[in-house]
Amino acid sequence: MMLTLAPQDIEAIVLSLKVATASTLLSLPAGLGVAYVLAFTRFPGRALLEGLVNLPLVLPPVVVGYLLLLLFGQFGALGRLLSFWDLRIIFTLKGAVIASSVVGFPLLVRAIRIGMEGIDEHYLQAARTLGARWWDSIYTIILPLSGRAIVAGMTLMFARSLGEFGATIILAGNIPGVTQTIPLAIYEYTNTPGGDRMALSLCLVSIGLSLIVLLISEASVRSFRKR
Amino acid sequence: MLLEVDVAKKIGNFSFQAAFDLAGKKWGIFGPSGSGKSTLMHILAGLLTPDRGRITLDGVCLFDSKKKINLPPQQRRVGVVFQHAHLFPHMNVRRNLLYGWQRTPRAERQISPEAIIAALNLEHLLERGVDRLSGGERQRLALGRTVLSCPRLILMDEPLTGLDQELKFQIIPYLTKVLAQFDIPFLFISHSLEEIRLMTDEVLLFGQGRLEQRLTAEELARRDLVAGGRGYANLLHLSSPRPHGDLWSYRWGAAELILVEPGGKGDNLFELGAKDVTLFKRHPEATSARNLLPCRVSDLFGEGNRMGVDLLVKGSHLVSQIVPESVRELDLKKGSEVVAVIKASAFRRLY
Repeated sequence: MMLTLAPQDIEAIVLSLKVATASTLLSLPAGLGVAYVLAFTRFPGRALLEGLVNLPLVLPPVVVGYLLLLLFGQFGALGRLLSFWDLRIIFTLKGAVIASSVVGFPLLVRAIRIGMEGIDEHYLQAARTLGARWWDSIYTIILPLSGRAIVAGMTLMFARSLGEFGATIILAGNIPGVTQTIPLAIYEYTNTPGGDRMALSLCLVSIGLSLIVLLISEASVRSFRKR
Repeated sequence: MLLEVDVAKKIGNFSFQAAFDLAGKKWGIFGPSGSGKSTLMHILAGLLTPDRGRITLDGVCLFDSKKKINLPPQQRRVGVVFQHAHLFPHMNVRRNLLYGWQRTPRAERQISPEAIIAALNLEHLLERGVDRLSGGERQRLALGRTVLSCPRLILMDEPLTGLDQELKFQIIPYLTKVLAQFDIPFLFISHSLEEIRLMTDEVLLFGQGRLEQRLTAEELARRDLVAGGRGYANLLHLSSPRPHGDLWSYRWGAAELILVEPGGKGDNLFELGAKDVTLFKRHPEATSARNLLPCRVSDLFGEGNRMGVDLLVKGSHLVSQIVPESVRELDLKKGSEVVAVIKASAFRRLY
C-alpha cells in the first residue's frame, strides 16, 4: 500500500505542527510559574489553584471546548472584550491553539512540578546562604535541576496537542486549511465514503510524528543526564 | 567577632531555647543528636525563623522579633558548611567554588579565589564534575565555596560526620589552616569530642534544646575522663622526627619523645591515651618503655575511682589517668615530682 497524501493532508500536518508548537511554547512560561508556585509555596487557595489547573485533565475535552466557546464566543465575556480590538478566536487557528493549550496545560504543569518537588531543598538553602536571592536561585538552581522534567512536560504537551480533537472541533471548527489538524482530517475522512485509505495514511503520519517526538525527548533527557 | 543570641523556637514537641554571648573565633557547639545543635545553626543562618528573640552579629541586628527585623539568609553574611556538602550537581567544581564569590559585593571580596584554590589544593579538580569527587574533595570544595563568600561567621554543621577516620584527619589540617589563614570566626557543630578538641577552643554544651554549660574544649575532655566513656586522650603536637636506631625521636616542646611511628616534616598530631601514661615515684633503673619523663604534678582532678593527674613536662602538659589508691601510695599532690613512663608504641598518629 502506498502512502498517498492529498495537498489538504499536507496542510493538516503543517497546521498540527504549528498548533502543537505554538501551544507548547506559549504555555511554557505560565506552566513554569504555576509549577513553581505549587511545588514551593504554601498559601490559602493553593488547593483551589491545583484543582483548576488539573480540571481539563479529568473533564471531557468536549466540555472544555464548549466552556471555551461560551467564554470566547460572540456573547462571551472575553469574546466581547476581544472583539473590541477586532480579535476573533472561534473558528480560527488562535482558537485551535487556545484549545490545545488548555487541554495540554495540566500535563505540562504536572511533569515540571514533580521535577521541581524532587529537588533537594538543601541546594536552595546552600544557594541562599551563599548570597543568592530567590529569583537568582530559580535561574541558577531550580530551572537547571528541573531541565529533564521541563523537557518531559513539553513532550507530553506537544504530543497531547498533536492529538487534540474534542475541544478543538468545538472552539475552532473543522475548516480545511484553517483549523483542520490531523485528527480532524482523519475524522472527516472516516465520515466520507471511500476515505478509509486516506484516513489510514494520516494515521501512519500521526504514528510517525509521535515516534519522532518521543525520540527527540529521549535524546534531550539523556543529554541533561550527562551534564 | 561578637555574637549575641537570645532566641526561642518550638517545633512540634521540641522546644529550643538559648541565650548567650560569644566573643572570640573558635567556638564549638557540642551535644548529642536531638540536643538542638542543628536548630541553632538553622536559626543563625536564617533558614529557620525563631518564635521570639534577638540575634546580633558584630552589632548588626540579624533578627529581632520585637522590631520585626528578620534578615534573609543571603543578607546575613553567615556562611554554612553543611554535613553533606550540598554541592550543586549541575555545576563543575569551578562554578560551585565561585557561586558565593560572584554574589559577594566587590567591596567585600577580601579573599581571592586563587588563594583558596591553592590553600585547599583544588587546582587539578576545577573542571571536574562534582559527581566525580571523593568524600574529602567534596568537603574541601564545600569549605572553599563558603569561605569565598567572605562571611563574617562560618557555621560548620558536622562537616566531618560520615567521613572515615583517615579522611577526617586529612581534612582537619585544611580546615584549621584555611580558617586561620583567612581569619574567619566559626562555630563548629559536632557530637564528636575528638573533632571539637581539634577544631575549637571553647564550647557551648547543648542538651535537650537548652544551653547546659559553656566551658573550654580541654575542660570538656577532662569531664569525659571522669564520666567514663572512651577516657581522656592527650593530643600532642610533635615535630622534626629523626631516626633513633630503629625508632623515631620527635620534639615535643622542649622535651624529646621516642615513638615507633615515623611522621611528616611539619606538625604531626599524635594521640596518647591518659591510661598509657604510667607514673613512678623515682627514676626506674631499667624499663621496657622508651620514654621516661621527669615531671611535676600541676593538678589533680576527677572523682570516684577515676583520677586525672595533670603533669608539667618542661612546660608542656600531659594527663595521666590513675586510680585513687595509686594517688595515696605515690603520695601525689600539687608540686610532687614524679617520672612519667610511656611506651614508644602507645602513640597513635592522627595526622
